[in-house]
Amino acid sequence: MKSPKIGVIAFMLVALALGLSYYKHSELGLPLLPAQQADVWTVEAKLQFKATGGKPVKASFYIPKDTPGFLKLNEDFISSNYGLAIENDELNRQASWAVRRAKDKQVLYYRVELTSNGHEQTKRNYPRRPPYPKVPSYEEPLGSAVQATLEEVRAHSADIVTFTRELLRRLNQPNPDQNISLINKVGHGSTEWVRQLVDILAGARIPARIVYVLPLQDLVKHGTLVPWIEVHNDFEWIAFEPTTGKQGIQQDTLVWRTGDDPIATITGGQPAVVDFSISRHALSQVSVAEQWALQSNSKLMDFSLFALPVQTQNVYRIILMVPIGALVIVVLRNLVGLATFGTFMPVLIALAFRETELIWGIFMFTLLLIVGLLLRLYLEKLKLLLVPRLAAVLTIVIFLIAFFSVLSVRLELERGLSVALFPVVILAMTIERMSIVIEENGSQEAFKLGLGSLIAAIIGYLAMTNEMLGHILFVFPETLLIVLAITLLLGRYTGYRLFELWRFRGLLKEADKL
Amino acid sequence: MSWLGIKTPWGELKKKGVVGLNKRNADYIMGYNQRHFYPLVDNKIITKRLALEKGIPVPKLYGHIELEHQSSRLEALLEDVPEFVIKPACGSGGNGILVITGKTNNGQYRRSNDSLMSLSEIRHHVSNVLSGMYSLGGDTDSAIIEYCVQFDPCFQTVSYKGVPDIRLIVFRGIPLFAMIRLPTRQSGGRANLHQGAVGVGIDLNSGLTCGAVYHSQLTHRHPDTGATLPGMEIPQWERILELGAQCYELAPLGYLGVDIVLDKNLGPLMLELNARPGLAIQIANQQGLQPILEYGKKLGTIPDSATQRVKLGQLIHRKFQTHQNPG
Repeated sequence: MKSPKIGVIAFMLVALALGLSYYKHSELGLPLLPAQQADVWTVEAKLQFKATGGKPVKASFYIPKDTPGFLKLNEDFISSNYGLAIENDELNRQASWAVRRAKDKQVLYYRVELTSNGHEQTKRNYPRRPPYPKVPSYEEPLGSAVQATLEEVRAHSADIVTFTRELLRRLNQPNPDQNISLINKVGHGSTEWVRQLVDILAGARIPARIVYVLPLQDLVKHGTLVPWIEVHNDFEWIAFEPTTGKQGIQQDTLVWRTGDDPIATITGGQPAVVDFSISRHALSQVSVAEQWALQSNSKLMDFSLFALPVQTQNVYRIILMVPIGALVIVVLRNLVGLATFGTFMPVLIALAFRETELIWGIFMFTLLLIVGLLLRLYLEKLKLLLVPRLAAVLTIVIFLIAFFSVLSVRLELERGLSVALFPVVILAMTIERMSIVIEENGSQEAFKLGLGSLIAAIIGYLAMTNEMLGHILFVFPETLLIVLAITLLLGRYTGYRLFELWRFRGLLKEADKL
Repeated sequence: MSWLGIKTPWGELKKKGVVGLNKRNADYIMGYNQRHFYPLVDNKIITKRLALEKGIPVPKLYGHIELEHQSSRLEALLEDVPEFVIKPACGSGGNGILVITGKTNNGQYRRSNDSLMSLSEIRHHVSNVLSGMYSLGGDTDSAIIEYCVQFDPCFQTVSYKGVPDIRLIVFRGIPLFAMIRLPTRQSGGRANLHQGAVGVGIDLNSGLTCGAVYHSQLTHRHPDTGATLPGMEIPQWERILELGAQCYELAPLGYLGVDIVLDKNLGPLMLELNARPGLAIQIANQQGLQPILEYGKKLGTIPDSATQRVKLGQLIHRKFQTHQNPG
């Protein structure tokens, strides 16, 4: 290109756009493709209890704190007349509902929306290392069984993690030996059994605790929390699913809370029944990213288009495509040499095609133009001044559009209704210009220009309705800088236009003769 | 730019030095025509006034109508003049020009295409002009009523109902290219190439016409009259070139199109100036603009006198001709 400055500016624009987009894609998880969907889990916990009546009621309920492996998109507390406070401690979060007076059955809801955060984040770090537990004294004959098992496990393990794994393997054997059977007597897999597991591990002076997890499955109506066990290996807590011995928090497993005290405590009422319902639905990754960004207070997202109300967002979805249409016009005019009515008239027509869809759009555009032109030719006889004539054409165009709409309803053609979205002023101007061109330069020239405009509008429509482009431009509006860079570069293009090769053919023939 | 030795239309045009619209706009118009001089040429009233100040002959101005109510003066204005032209002051592409060649006994006006027009129709045309129907940006305009050129009889056989005009490309004040534009039946008497007029290239040194272009195609005959086009001699050629060169002093646009008509009584008259002259002149002359314009770019000093500039232009042409066809 001729001007080095423009090259530099264009390069900087492209680099800036790509850099920003890359950051938004990799850090904020905004998807590059339009159809990418993410699973969103909706977990609803329902607390039911009977209030004693006449007394203040207070209900405390553990709710998920860190949700390892998940992004918390949204959280709701539905508790009609209760006051709500949320308390955080090092391990857990608790919702406390309180009300001065309550009677009979009370229902409280907690709802959370989650999505997988992509990377399996199984580590749950806490600053303080727990103290080594004291060796408990077991009742006989359980004591000897535990001792014997611990001896064997110790012989087959190297550290805390392998010790735990080996212990769980033995406890979960399908054909257990006598000692194991004795330990499993409390009921293999029960909460009691997991509590006992903590005690057994204490026998080996391994710090262990219970965490309650919720396995996420679609369409679960009455889910319950499942106790898992966590052991501390001097650095971090490592979770094990006790009934399988699997290490680490699995996918689709939500850690609800740590500890073993009752999940819900009610004062001023009978103990609560807690029920979990789980459902899954697919949500476009864009909305996921959007919701998450709202939660995570990313500064970049504050200034993104997602910060706008949805209606305004939809307007911008269209407006952001206009530069693409303009770029198409630049290419068609400066590279191809296509002549059109008005510079950006085809872009506006193409925008109208978005609503009417292509075939209908072309059909109705042509029809409006022809009928409008015929009526305009009659107006010519009346010798009106320019502006009143334009106003008259505008009125006629609006009248025609209304007429087509009514007609299409009568004919039960729903598409016909979208004709109302044609830019009436532009249509009126086009009709006026076209009739002048017909008068001045003949109908052939007018037809050529009209066809050129229609072709430009069609190509513009195809570019502007491209789903991929629309997605990229809306999610990464900075890519408009790339469009700008291309436009700048094309602005310095001084080569021939495609049609000029045809226009100057008279010069080429001579060259052949020589 | 022949790629692997294959002849492409692209490469051939480039080799001939043909200037495309993009290059004209970017390199010549933007490079040499300062925008604030545009009104001098876009408004024909201003052009005419400046031309008169500089002593450049132009068609006589009969009247200038700027406001709607002034059109009531039309009748009085037109009473004494049997032939006249009404055109928009800021028109483009030859649109909105009304040529009246006579009056009938019952007060009708005869147009150049022999159709009749009443005074009220003329008034309507004027009001269309005033409302900006033919102006460049659609802004309100004014109407010029001026002398209707009686073209030189030497062009009788090569024009169809209209006035042929001579287009010069004046680069930095040096006339470098010339063609004569002949109206045809299709162009409706207008001398505009894209409306179907014939363009005939003129050799700058001899004033003899060479190849002709009609609708971007080479031709040798006028499509309506059948007259042979190459080999005509343009009368008062040196005077025409000098007139063109003088126009640079009127509007200092480096890349200027000058339209000149040859009146049988008054000689060459400057009709209008153009800040964005078209490119068809290349086909008419069978020569690309680029090599000569690029040579003109490099010239250090340009003579002050118009006559000297004409000489310089002819010299440059001779140089490029011998360069092109040695021997």
